[in-house]
Amino acid sequence: MANNSTIAVKFEKISRYFGEIKAVENLSFSVKEGEFFSMLGPSGSGKTTCLRLIAGFEIPDSGNLYIHNREMINTPPYDRDVNTVFQSYALFPHMSVEENITYCLMLKKINKRERLKKGEEMLELVQLPGLGNRKPSELSGGQRQRVALARALINHPSVLLLDEPLGALDLKLREKMQIELKDLQRKIGITFIYVTHDQQEALSMSDRIAVFNNGQIEQIGTTKEIYETPRTLFVADFVGSSNVIHGKLSEQIFDKNASFTIRPERIRILPLSEETPSNQEICISGKVTDIQYQGANFKYMVLLDGQHEIVVQQQNLRPNTKHLFQPKIGQEVRLVWNRLDSNEVIL
Amino acid sequence: MYMNPNLFLLLLLGPILIWLGVVYVGSLFSLLLQSFFSIDEFTGLIVKEFTLKTYISLFSPSNFDIIIRTTSMAFVVTIVSAVIAFPIAFYMAMYTSKKTKAIFYVAVMVPLWSSYLVRVYSWKLILAKEGILNWLLELLHIDWLLDLVLHIPVIGGGTLSTSYIGTMIVFVYIWLPFMILPIQAALEKVPTSLLDASADLGAKNQQTFWLIIFPLTLPGIVAGSIFTFSLTLGDYIIPGIIGSSRFFIGQAVYIHQGTAGNIPLAAAFSVVPIIIMGIYLYIAKKMGAFEAL
Repeated sequence: MANNSTIAVKFEKISRYFGEIKAVENLSFSVKEGEFFSMLGPSGSGKTTCLRLIAGFEIPDSGNLYIHNREMINTPPYDRDVNTVFQSYALFPHMSVEENITYCLMLKKINKRERLKKGEEMLELVQLPGLGNRKPSELSGGQRQRVALARALINHPSVLLLDEPLGALDLKLREKMQIELKDLQRKIGITFIYVTHDQQEALSMSDRIAVFNNGQIEQIGTTKEIYETPRTLFVADFVGSSNVIHGKLSEQIFDKNASFTIRPERIRILPLSEETPSNQEICISGKVTDIQYQGANFKYMVLLDGQHEIVVQQQNLRPNTKHLFQPKIGQEVRLVWNRLDSNEVIL
Repeated sequence: MYMNPNLFLLLLLGPILIWLGVVYVGSLFSLLLQSFFSIDEFTGLIVKEFTLKTYISLFSPSNFDIIIRTTSMAFVVTIVSAVIAFPIAFYMAMYTSKKTKAIFYVAVMVPLWSSYLVRVYSWKLILAKEGILNWLLELLHIDWLLDLVLHIPVIGGGTLSTSYIGTMIVFVYIWLPFMILPIQAALEKVPTSLLDASADLGAKNQQTFWLIIFPLTLPGIVAGSIFTFSLTLGDYIIPGIIGSSRFFIGQAVYIHQGTAGNIPLAAAFSVVPIIIMGIYLYIAKKMGAFEAL
C-alpha cells in the first residue's frame, strides 16, 4: 500500500462534455503511486470517461491532468506512459497472441528474437505459456483477458488502466481473476486504476475507491472508509446495502433530524424479554414481516412503528447454537446495534 | 391439413434448385462443354467432338493479344479504383455524421440509377477532342500536358476518347461504387477499441493505419476488386464506344457467337475470365486477404 508516496495521476478541475451531456464536471483527485485504485459507479457516471482521459483517448474541455507530475493535456496516447486493458480486450484479430503481446515492441523496432523472448516471459507471467501461436479467436474469454493483460504490461507502464476487464467472465472465473489481478499488482508494484460497476469487486481488490455518480465523485477513500463510513446516501446505497433512518424516527432515536445509515449485518435481532442494553447501544422494537432464506444468511424484514422497515441480516448458524434467536414472521422483536455503527450521511 | 414435411420442403426449394442447378450452373457447364468443340473451317458448322483445338487457337497472336489487353486493363482499372475508392470509403466510415453519411451513400449510388449507356456516351463527349475537358485544359493553358500524356506509346492516342487512358477512366468511373461500398462496409466493422488499443501501445496514426486498419479492411478491398476486375474482364460496351477500337474479351465473345458464328471460340474466350478470377482469388487467399473475415 502506498502512503505519503508520490502521486501517479492527478486530476485538476477537469471537465469533459459530450455535446449537452456532462460526462465529468470539475473533477479533482489524485491516485498515489503503487496503489490499487478503483473507480466505482453505475454506467454513465463518468468513470470510464476518467479512464479514457488518463489514457489520452479523450481530451478534457477544461482543467489539467498530470501523470507523474508531467502535464498531459497535449500528449497523445502513444506518448503516455500508461497502458490499458480494454473492456472487450480489443485484441487484434489478424495477429497471433504473440504478435498481439509484442505489438509495442515491434513498434519500437526491437529485433524479433528479443521480442519472442519477452513475449514468452509475459505469457508465463499471465500463466499462458506456449499459446503464442494461437489466434485470439481460438482462445476462451479468460485466456483473452490474460493476453490483453500481458499486452498492456509488456511495456512496463507506470500506470495500468483496466476498464471493467472481468465484466465478460462468469462468476467463478471472475473471482479467480480478482485474486490473480491483486497478486499480480502486488508482485509488479505498479499503479492499477480499475474501472468497475461491481462494488464487491472494488471492495475485494482495491486499496482506495472513488465512488462516481453523475460525473462527480461522491466519496473517495479506503475500502473500509467507503463501506463503514459512507459520506452520502448514494455511497451507502451503492456499496453494499444499507438501512436508512431519517425524519421522525431519526429524531426519536438520535435526537437529530438527519439521515443515518446502518448496515443490516450490524444489527442484532433479540427477543422482547431480554434486559435493557447499555447506553452505548440503540434499541428499538418492531415486528417481523418477512424472512428470506439466502443460504449463508437469513434476511429479516422488521417493521418499526408501522411504517419504517429495517432489514436485518443474520448468519445462518446451526439452529441449536447458544443464544441464537431466530424469530418467526409476525413475532415482536427488539433490534439492537452499537451507536458507532450508525453513520450520518448527506442526501 | 396433413402435409408431408419433406414434400413441403421439396415444393419450396424445388424451383430455386432448378433455377440454380439448371439455368445457372447448367448453362455455365454447357458453355464449358462447347468450348471443347470446334468449328469446321470450310462449312462453318460446329463439330461436336472433343478437341483442344479451340483452346489452342486462343493462343494465336491476335487472340492472345485480346486476352493480355483485357487482363491488363482489368488490372489497372482495379488498382486505380481501389486507390480512388479507399479515401472516400475511409472518410465515409470514420469521419461522417449520420446525415452526411446518407448524403455520401446517395452520391455513390445515384450514378447506378441512370442508364449505363447514357453515362458512357456522356463520357465520350467529355473526353472528345471538342469536349469539355479539352476546353477546360485550353482555358487553363495546360493542354500541352494532355498532349504529352497522349504521346505516350500504347496507352496514348489521338484524343482521350480514342485512347486506352480514356477507356480506363470510364471503366473506373462506372465501377467505382462497387469498390467504395465493400471497402466502406469493411471499415465500419473495425472496432474503434482496436484503434484506441493500437494508440495506447504506442502506434502513431500512420502506423495504426498500416498495421491495423489496412489488414482488417483487406477483405473489403478484395471483394471490391473482384467486382471491378471481373466486370472489366466481361464488359463489351465501354471498349466499343471509348478507346482505340481494338478488341477486348467481351467484344470477341460478342463477335464470335454472333456474326462470326464461332460459338466454340466464343465459349473458350468466356472461360478465360473464369480462370483468371480463379487464379486471382487463389493468390488473394494465399496472401491472407480473407484471414480477418
